[in-house]
Amino acid sequence: MNALASPTQPATATVTAPVIEATGLGLTFETGDGPVHALSNVDLAIGKGEFVSFIGPSGCGKTTFLRVIADLEQPTAGRITVNGMSPEEARRQRAYGYVFQAAGLFPWRTIERNVALPLEIMGYSKAEVAQRIARTLDLVNLTGFEKKFPWQLSGGMQQRASIARALAFDADLLLMDEPFGALDEIVRDHLNEQLLQLWDRTNKTICFVTHSIPEAVYLSTKIVVMSPRPGRVTDVIDSTLPKERPLDIRETPEFLAIAARVRDGLRAGHSYED
Amino acid sequence: MSTPRKMNLVDTAFQRVLLFLIIILTLLFYPLLEPPYLSGPGWQSVLILPLLAYIILVLVQRYRGTALPPVEMGVGLFLLAYVPICLSSLRGFDGEEAPRNYWTTVAACALAAWLLNDLLSGPKYRTGWRGTFAKFAVPAIFSLTLLFLWEVLVRAFNVPFVLLPPPSAIGVRIANSLPVLAADVNQTIFKAVFAGYAMGCAAGFVVAILADRFLFLRRGLLPIGNMVSALPIIGIAPIMVMWFGFDWQSKAAVVVVMTFFPMLVNTVAGLTAAGHMERDLMRTYASSYWQTLFKLRLPAAMPFIFNALKINSTLALIGAIVAEFFGTPVVGMGFRISTEVGRMNVDMVWAEIAVAALAGSVFYGVIALAERAVTFWHPSIRGG
Ligand SMILES: Nc1ncnc2c1ncn2[C@@H]1O[C@H](COP(=O)(O)OP(=O)(O)OP(=O)(O)O)[C@@H](O)[C@H]1O
Ligand SMILES: [Mg+2]
Repeated sequence: MNALASPTQPATATVTAPVIEATGLGLTFETGDGPVHALSNVDLAIGKGEFVSFIGPSGCGKTTFLRVIADLEQPTAGRITVNGMSPEEARRQRAYGYVFQAAGLFPWRTIERNVALPLEIMGYSKAEVAQRIARTLDLVNLTGFEKKFPWQLSGGMQQRASIARALAFDADLLLMDEPFGALDEIVRDHLNEQLLQLWDRTNKTICFVTHSIPEAVYLSTKIVVMSPRPGRVTDVIDSTLPKERPLDIRETPEFLAIAARVRDGLRAGHSYED
Repeated sequence: MSTPRKMNLVDTAFQRVLLFLIIILTLLFYPLLEPPYLSGPGWQSVLILPLLAYIILVLVQRYRGTALPPVEMGVGLFLLAYVPICLSSLRGFDGEEAPRNYWTTVAACALAAWLLNDLLSGPKYRTGWRGTFAKFAVPAIFSLTLLFLWEVLVRAFNVPFVLLPPPSAIGVRIANSLPVLAADVNQTIFKAVFAGYAMGCAAGFVVAILADRFLFLRRGLLPIGNMVSALPIIGIAPIMVMWFGFDWQSKAAVVVVMTFFPMLVNTVAGLTAAGHMERDLMRTYASSYWQTLFKLRLPAAMPFIFNALKINSTLALIGAIVAEFFGTPVVGMGFRISTEVGRMNVDMVWAEIAVAALAGSVFYGVIALAERAVTFWHPSIRGG
């Protein structure tokens, strides 16, 4: 099923050209034992300031789609624009921050030097770098760990440091690939809240991959349900939840109704496969 | 293993303590009762006094049931007393039979050294200042034991001097030839090795970066590099003498050729060590080739580069010394070795070898220290 971008969102009022627009997008990996259709005929438009979650079973192409947006993978069919440009141009303009599935911190740099890495590359001034390190580390609750090396931190703390690294520079688009997968429930709740606040304050567009239905519903203005073999979009659900979302919104009937719809979408994808 | 009784002696391995006590009891009274047999200068008997004091202390403490002094101390005092006696007794028996208790004493010393190292490797000596002490003491005791046995065996069995001189003779030779040795070290190490090593490693590194940038260089050069690394390059030494003359420059040239390819091959391998995700990350920042090189790929390559630096430190020393066998001015470690062996002055040959070993170890050690400082983050060094 093809999804249409509805320009009117309950949570975001802006009506502008979409930040990401994919039409008939397909990506086939040529592997030793035949082609793998990681993405097939994906149509999707993501407007400015939206919070979009991608959910679907393992191997349905969520990471691949994010990588295509980031120009880390080239599509083999269809077209995609990011900020109205090709992904490559957008990447060269440093249009997005990417949080990988694993933290990927450099072990020879301290936490603060890791956060400073993109800033050094993009040529920020020394004072600016120091100020941004302090601000983003505070945002992910890592103040006090500036001088530690990544291998001295727990996996969850490393992941938070990698989020801080992606937030350190001004990109309007944030691509996050299961950033909270390795964290415990409480920290996850906390970071979910923080992420929502950050999104609210900065008006960034966020693409967020997750395996958790509650997380997807809690965070998103739009939920993209995907299914594998070939990887495609089976449902796009626009959230009716208000922008103001306390954690206990997760017990409301409205929330549960959306969650049920996501679950149905996932089930449909699975049964299709068998 | 441990018994409920709280005593040092029994807390450590019981059998070892027994062995230790037997050694002491059987040997302690021999030289005192029969002075002509183990015949050091009289003052050496004084060295036995601390050991006697220790034994008395053990007996007293045992009688009173309080904590015993550490076994290590007893073993150390035993070695202090008997090793000098063993060494000085050697003087006597050129042609004669060895004194009756001589070999038992030597064996007891070797056993005691073994026991001491065993104790110093125990759990008590893993951490803190004791750990640091043991880290240096154990190898020192180990090599001193080897030197001791070398000395004793060579002299007791009258091994011909040209075959294997005793270490003491080598030591005396070193002490008496310091100016010559210093001149040789200056010529071979400070000129040939350092110049060749620096140029060879730097060139290998720079070419590796170029090979990384230009695929044709990588494809063309790496197979050659791998092949040349397997060749006995030292064979080019005579050619280098023709090209660069007799002095140290031709030796440095040999060292350059020897160290170039290991550095090239290792650096190229190291530049591929950075992970895919880290590279993708740099790509998302639209990082330039040089930024990615300096901020990601070179740091990730450092363990490989230091590996090459360490291999090359050994190669450079071998290369410079052996290259001098093929013609040199009348100074240099290789020159000295090849001429003195012709004159049957083997102690001088061994002296040069000892100096080369020392210089090589220091060279290697300095690089290893630098490696620890630079690649502190690597799991093999941070102990993860
Ligand atoms: N570089 C590649 N070469 C070949 N096949 C690939 C490659 N990358 C991904 N694939 C395949 O593409 C499909 C989609 O992979 P992708 O990583 O996008 O899944 P995903 O939805 O992110 O899964 P997960 O939830 O487990 O992370 C999988 O079948 C995978 O095997
Ligand atoms: Mg994935």
